[in-house]
Amino acid sequence: MTRRGWAGATALALVLAGCAGDGGRPQSASAQPAKARAPAPGRDKGYAHDPFPSTYHAYPGVPTLVTNVTIYDGEGGRIDRGSVLFADGKVVALGQTVEAPAGATVIDGTGKWVTPGVIDIHSHLGDYPSPSVQALSDGNEATDPVTPDVWAEHSVWPQDPGFSRALANGGVTTLQILPGSANLFGGRSVVLKNVYARTMQAMKFPGAPYGLKMACGENPKRVYGGRNRKPATRMGNIAVDRATWARAVSYKRKWDRYEDEGGDPPERDIAMDTLRGVLAGEIRVQNHCYRADEMAIVMDMAKEFGYKVTAFHHAVEAYKIGDLLKQNDTCAAVWADWYGFKMESYDGIGANLALLEKEGACAMIHSDDANGIQRLNQEVAKALAAGRRAGVNISDAAAWRWLSYNPAKALGIEDRTGSLKPGKMADVVLWNGDPLSVYTRPEKVWVDGALLYDATDPNRRPVSDFELGQPGEGDVK
Amino acid sequence: MRALLLAAAALIAAPAAAQTIAITGGTVAIGDGSAPVEGGTVVIRDGRIVAAGRGVAVPAGAETIDATGKWVSPGIVAGIGSMGLVDASGVSDSNDSSARNSPYNAAIDVSTAINPDGVVIGNERAGGVTRAIVSADAAGSIFAGQGAIIDLGDDAQPVTRPRAFQYVELGEGGAERAGGSRPAAYVMLADAFEQAADYRRNPVAFDGRGRDALLKRADAQALLPVLDGTMPLVVHVERASDIRQVLTLPRRYPKLKLVLAGAAEGWMVAREIAAARVPVMASAIADLPASFEQLAATESNVGRLQRAGVTVGVLFDGSGGEHNLKQFAGNLVAIGKIPGAAGLSWGQALAAITSGPAEVMGIGGEIGSLRPGRRADVVLWSGDPLELSSLPERLWIDGKPQPMRSRQNRLRDRYLTPADGALPKAYTR
Repeated sequence: MTRRGWAGATALALVLAGCAGDGGRPQSASAQPAKARAPAPGRDKGYAHDPFPSTYHAYPGVPTLVTNVTIYDGEGGRIDRGSVLFADGKVVALGQTVEAPAGATVIDGTGKWVTPGVIDIHSHLGDYPSPSVQALSDGNEATDPVTPDVWAEHSVWPQDPGFSRALANGGVTTLQILPGSANLFGGRSVVLKNVYARTMQAMKFPGAPYGLKMACGENPKRVYGGRNRKPATRMGNIAVDRATWARAVSYKRKWDRYEDEGGDPPERDIAMDTLRGVLAGEIRVQNHCYRADEMAIVMDMAKEFGYKVTAFHHAVEAYKIGDLLKQNDTCAAVWADWYGFKMESYDGIGANLALLEKEGACAMIHSDDANGIQRLNQEVAKALAAGRRAGVNISDAAAWRWLSYNPAKALGIEDRTGSLKPGKMADVVLWNGDPLSVYTRPEKVWVDGALLYDATDPNRRPVSDFELGQPGEGDVK
Repeated sequence: MRALLLAAAALIAAPAAAQTIAITGGTVAIGDGSAPVEGGTVVIRDGRIVAAGRGVAVPAGAETIDATGKWVSPGIVAGIGSMGLVDASGVSDSNDSSARNSPYNAAIDVSTAINPDGVVIGNERAGGVTRAIVSADAAGSIFAGQGAIIDLGDDAQPVTRPRAFQYVELGEGGAERAGGSRPAAYVMLADAFEQAADYRRNPVAFDGRGRDALLKRADAQALLPVLDGTMPLVVHVERASDIRQVLTLPRRYPKLKLVLAGAAEGWMVAREIAAARVPVMASAIADLPASFEQLAATESNVGRLQRAGVTVGVLFDGSGGEHNLKQFAGNLVAIGKIPGAAGLSWGQALAAITSGPAEVMGIGGEIGSLRPGRRADVVLWSGDPLELSSLPERLWIDGKPQPMRSRQNRLRDRYLTPADGALPKAYTR
């Protein structure tokens, strides 16, 4: 990638400001004479696990029936010239023919496609927003290689203009915002509904599990090695990882015992809370890792300490170990064709996704980019073409799982969104043609059944505070 | 018959450019803005296009290539980038795109460093790119140096036109490189031009070899063709007001041959750019206010510039390789269907990544289209070249057939089945 500063060039700035938080410490009872043991709070009740709760609410919608439309249900199913009905924020029915209830809006979908909304498992919208100026660059707490105490949601700027582009051009309805990859333990992620709000909390996907961003490879060793700090090598990366997990195991043991048996509460450590959550299976590990050999090491490390890697992100070499990923039930989130911008991306190939699918591994597309998130459907189309060129034939409908169901599964929200099944959230895109064609755009996007983008209606085109009153406000972007 | 001809060609091992090739039966897109025609023929002789279109006769003795069901187009003219200068951009040892610690700037000549054996060139060629506009990145000055036009042919002569343009930063990037402000960048530009003029008047008296010289002798020399208008000056600016300012430069330097690069807000001043007859390598699908100089960026930029009569090429500012320009072009067709936006016709979109960039850089008479006399840079595609499902199947540069294997394809083939076989993967080639 060029550093020339073209409009579309990806910004990968590292922030050096800020300081790591020191967790709130509950008063220690050690100075006081021994008393009767305090009652046990119960497992996971020793401290709040959701101190910044979601206040998201679905906007009102009208019962809507799209007819004569090609449907990809997001789980591999396809219906030609079918219908899909959603009402009260939920998918009601889909099939060859579906009756319109009284008062429903009926849309003729002839020549068009309906799919579940796109889900991007790897975004920095809000924490590396536009404009990409230092003052808004809040994605990397690059002051220490171990910062599981930072939460991406505390950096998310809900006015990022990028959210609107992801919605209108990309059909993105759900996205995970991650901290950057300067640190081995980068911090917690947050899953958002792609609906503008005044606060981050009002964008938060209700009940979505947290993720922990981890990173292997070049970034941590470059950032800290460059300051003559540990880690300066790949072996240093793993050494610091293991030392940290060992502490986390001990922290978890103390807190589990206290919550189960009562007594003096152990000292609170906000960073360790996150790692305890991972060890308890409550928080999912989303691991930035390019090289096949490093992914294999990380999966062994996870077994050593009793956690699971949910997905490797930027896994450009995943195609070399599709069998191993499948065996470990670990997903790979990848770009279609990014490669060569650094040493660990040198072996990236366009057929990565297709080869993973062929091997039966869980795979998905991701963006990591405010531009790429607007065209994830096109990225999948390129990956399909590369696969077909290699003799791996995957149907268009099956490939849509890379865009919605598989990321939903890796985020732990597949029971609520990611496919068009009755009872699930009506996160729906109507495309003005085949969504795997370069000539196609979203025509309408619904989130929880509410029409939040309509290409034919300028009043259904969100404009963030930042863009209001500035050149280009409200333009078709 | 075709197999026989190919075998014969292989036997004599003479430069293939000497022969006549006719690609028949395919959908032919000339790359000049016109709509594609079905059942067309492209005739190549001695490395040049003889004719392309419908009703073109196949010369006697020509090697005939059947393109029925496929598409034929000129190769992509990609840029402005670092093709041939970089193996892995993040590995500084392998990256010749900028020279922060050099005392020189305008004199830097990228044509001295193009490596035709680089992996990127092979990968991009397999993706349909046949020529590239290559520039250094500006580092210690607003001047990046002299860029080149190259070909991606599998041979030892990659440079089509060395010292094809001078590249300068005058927006936020220029401000940063000039010490912190746009006005400082304009002072740097004016002073460099003044010193170049001093050098021309009296080379012996020119100081440019001293440690404290603001402009080195070599840099002053390199700016003379810019002042003479024999070398285009490519100016990277994005903001509408910056573009207006750049358009005033010819008042002071009347021979200047300006080219704009970036111009994310170009659409806001499209009529002024058109009136000044300044061509643009334009930001096409960037649509975010990525900086304060790109607040009004939109995918309608190229469509609106074109509509105003500006000569436009699509600038590659994305990821994944410059062959993705075909995806950019496809998106410019798509955006045209959205009410309130401006897009391109299919023919215009193809032109915007072939003849458009060539015209902008002043080399449209040589490359970028299948018009008669142009260098025969031809791609035979499996389908519509702008469509995501289409890939190049065969490719010619200067009429020479090119290998379609790339390092990426080799890796792919090695790992089609990831498990080890009788021997480790290192033995699979």
